Amino acid sequence: MAWFIVKRIAYSLLILLGVTFITYLLLYMIPADPARQIAGRSATAEVVANIRHQLGLDLPFYEQYFRYLVNLVQGDFGRSYVQRSEVATLIEARLGPTLQLMVAGIGFELLIGVTLGIVAALKRNSVLDQLLMAFSFIGVSSPHFIAAMLALYFFAVQLEWFPLGGYGEVKHLMLPAITLGVLGSGWYSRMVRSSMIEVLHQDFIRTARAKGLKRLRVLLRHVLPNAIIPVIPMIGIDIGIFMSGLVVVEAVFGWPGLGQLAWQAIQQVDIPVIVGVTTLSAVAIILGNLVADLAVLFVDPRIDINKS
Amino acid sequence: MKNTLKGFALSALCVAIGGQALAQGTPQPGGEIVVTYQNDVATLDPAIGYDWQNWSMIKSLFDGLMDYEPGTTELKNDLAEHYEISEDGLTYTFTLRPGVTFHNGREMTAADVKYSLERTVNPQTQSPGAGFFSSIEGFDEVSSGEVTELSGISTPDERTVEITLRAPDATFLHVMALNFASVVPKEAVEAAGRDFGKQPVGTGAYMLDEWALGQRLTFVKNEEYFREGIPYIDKIDFEIGQEPNVALMRLQRGEVDIAGDGIPPAQFLQFRDDPEFENLMVVGDQLHTGYMTLNVNIPPLDDVKVRQAINMAINKERIVRVINGRATPANQPLPPAMPGYDESYEGYPYDVEQARALLEEAGYGDGFETELFVMNTDPQPRIAQAIQQDLAQIGIEADITSLAQANVIAAGGEQDQAPLIWSGGMAWIADFPDPSNFWGPILGCEGAVPGGWNWAWYCNEELDARADEANAMVDPDQQEERAELWGEIFTTAMDDAPWVPIFNEQRFTVHSARMGGDDALYVDPVHVPVNYDYIWVK
Repeated sequence: MAWFIVKRIAYSLLILLGVTFITYLLLYMIPADPARQIAGRSATAEVVANIRHQLGLDLPFYEQYFRYLVNLVQGDFGRSYVQRSEVATLIEARLGPTLQLMVAGIGFELLIGVTLGIVAALKRNSVLDQLLMAFSFIGVSSPHFIAAMLALYFFAVQLEWFPLGGYGEVKHLMLPAITLGVLGSGWYSRMVRSSMIEVLHQDFIRTARAKGLKRLRVLLRHVLPNAIIPVIPMIGIDIGIFMSGLVVVEAVFGWPGLGQLAWQAIQQVDIPVIVGVTTLSAVAIILGNLVADLAVLFVDPRIDINKS
Repeated sequence: MKNTLKGFALSALCVAIGGQALAQGTPQPGGEIVVTYQNDVATLDPAIGYDWQNWSMIKSLFDGLMDYEPGTTELKNDLAEHYEISEDGLTYTFTLRPGVTFHNGREMTAADVKYSLERTVNPQTQSPGAGFFSSIEGFDEVSSGEVTELSGISTPDERTVEITLRAPDATFLHVMALNFASVVPKEAVEAAGRDFGKQPVGTGAYMLDEWALGQRLTFVKNEEYFREGIPYIDKIDFEIGQEPNVALMRLQRGEVDIAGDGIPPAQFLQFRDDPEFENLMVVGDQLHTGYMTLNVNIPPLDDVKVRQAINMAINKERIVRVINGRATPANQPLPPAMPGYDESYEGYPYDVEQARALLEEAGYGDGFETELFVMNTDPQPRIAQAIQQDLAQIGIEADITSLAQANVIAAGGEQDQAPLIWSGGMAWIADFPDPSNFWGPILGCEGAVPGGWNWAWYCNEELDARADEANAMVDPDQQEERAELWGEIFTTAMDDAPWVPIFNEQRFTVHSARMGGDDALYVDPVHVPVNYDYIWVK
């Protein structure tokens, strides 16, 4: 077990190294000159060269990257070119809101996805099943920007059930979280549906029914615990997909999270912030996967890592 | 005679504006308002902030020696009680207003003015505005990092600042009104270190009360402000991260007072035609011109007839329609709001026949192939397509090269790279309301250098000499004459047709019905975008 975790962490560090390298390289190659951007249009070539030197941008790529890594290990993400403040401070201020939205959003994904998946599996091949699966298909394929705007328009402007964007209270959280939940629930409902159908055909289910257990009891005690297992590692994978949705949804709802920070940084070519947020997202995805993999071990005793 | 007439017209205009202000009621103090923006406020450090969003916020927190009358481009004294210019135009002596205190309670003195200017010029500060102060004696030594004190600034006593220039510069008072010349207290800057932009301390009408990163900034009234009764509003909440469409919906509901980002282009027509917004939308001129540069070094554009033909071939009205009428067609480099703009100048007419004839005369009756560079974000490529179609009418085949902003700027800065460039998204908005800012960097010889902004590579030494002459006219009595001279310089340059001036963009601000104050304050040409010090709540 300990060996398994050590191995996974070692792999994770390698992946992180790769992510920072690729991001740094891409941003190194794009045609924006941060020194010129900072110096402004009235600057002479001399002033630009001076700033480039101060930022270490006149060094060869490998040296710049190495410096970045050394600082990163010490928890120093560098300074934003546009905001001129520590990237760590900027990220710190955004972390709380993003975690809130993430927990609530994934919560709604699971709630909606698992419920719909169960209903669809029980009523499989009926009209209801087809409708629910069509719904989940539309959900996962809608563009987040349009869907978020529509949700805002109907539920906040027309019906006035929710406030128009903002941050702070539970009422502000609900609409963006439900929007993200509906859009992402399709993955789970499809997974739960097929996994349920598979379990329902197993012999032990027939046995349970045959020994006289009620339908509901069979469902809750025997079917669901078995059908839910593939959902757990999926949450780990979902964190990555979820983050890309966050970028857009946060921008529409004015949610002060990491997604919005990334969105602005990309538009302003604020390289240290882009690299910082990307690295952090990579950490989140890797951690999510690790935790999900470990959680499965506890939920399903049949899986034995020593054998694999 | 002409000047007298201008004077009459100006005073008539003033009376008209004054009358309107009275009709709208008198300002009353008090009230709290909400202003929204999509992007985070980058920094409130006056030496660094250089975007349209934080420009007037910084002006509200800080003061410089000079400022402008609210809603106009007319200079007025700010922290300077009065100033004197020496006979040779080289020495400016400013006497400071007594009893002005910083937000931390300390009195502002001459030493603070000197420190603030030197801080901006110091390369360690990495100020994008350092170059504006190059006319001060000792600039080069500080800029290169050799010393930290400007030899041209002295402080004979606590209330007097003497600034010596290397050459007479009529724009110097405008430079003193830039945010980069704001006065900051040394002890607060040093205490905050590199985060002064997040903990600003100035002498301005408002103080920063709270900054919740990525969420909200709160400005509160500075009760000790040296202008009696200003500002009117007690508290401004800047809510950050609001999508512009959502901000407008909230404004309709009365939750927002000023939608800082204005109207998204896609919704523009809908809002302009909506009667509900008729009284809430304010239109103003910007000190902006959008133009196409014609590189005078690249054949066949080196032939003035070809350049004139291109000027006549472009249908500017149609290009303005491409951007939903958010601009007015231009015929000269200077925008109408700029002193020196020549209203009588007619420019090149839109005349395809005459354009063809001129091309024929130049020996290009069958046209030629060329390349048009453009920045790759909407609406710039669409504007480039309109230009391309216009050029095709006279047989010129222009390939569109659509690139990232930095690449277009780099191509323009090389002598033989870009024959045609559409300036949209990059150039040019004046930093201060003086015509010289539209000459040197973008039409004068000083800008026609590698890495410069004179993408037409137009260098007319005779006109440059006249520009120097105009810049040396420092005397306040000469200002009208100076503006006229500038107007002539620009219209004479148009004879050589290095540019096709295409349009002057306008600005649109939407505010709630309860907001009071003259319309000009909401589209202030200098306190961009809104002059927060003088608006009030009904």
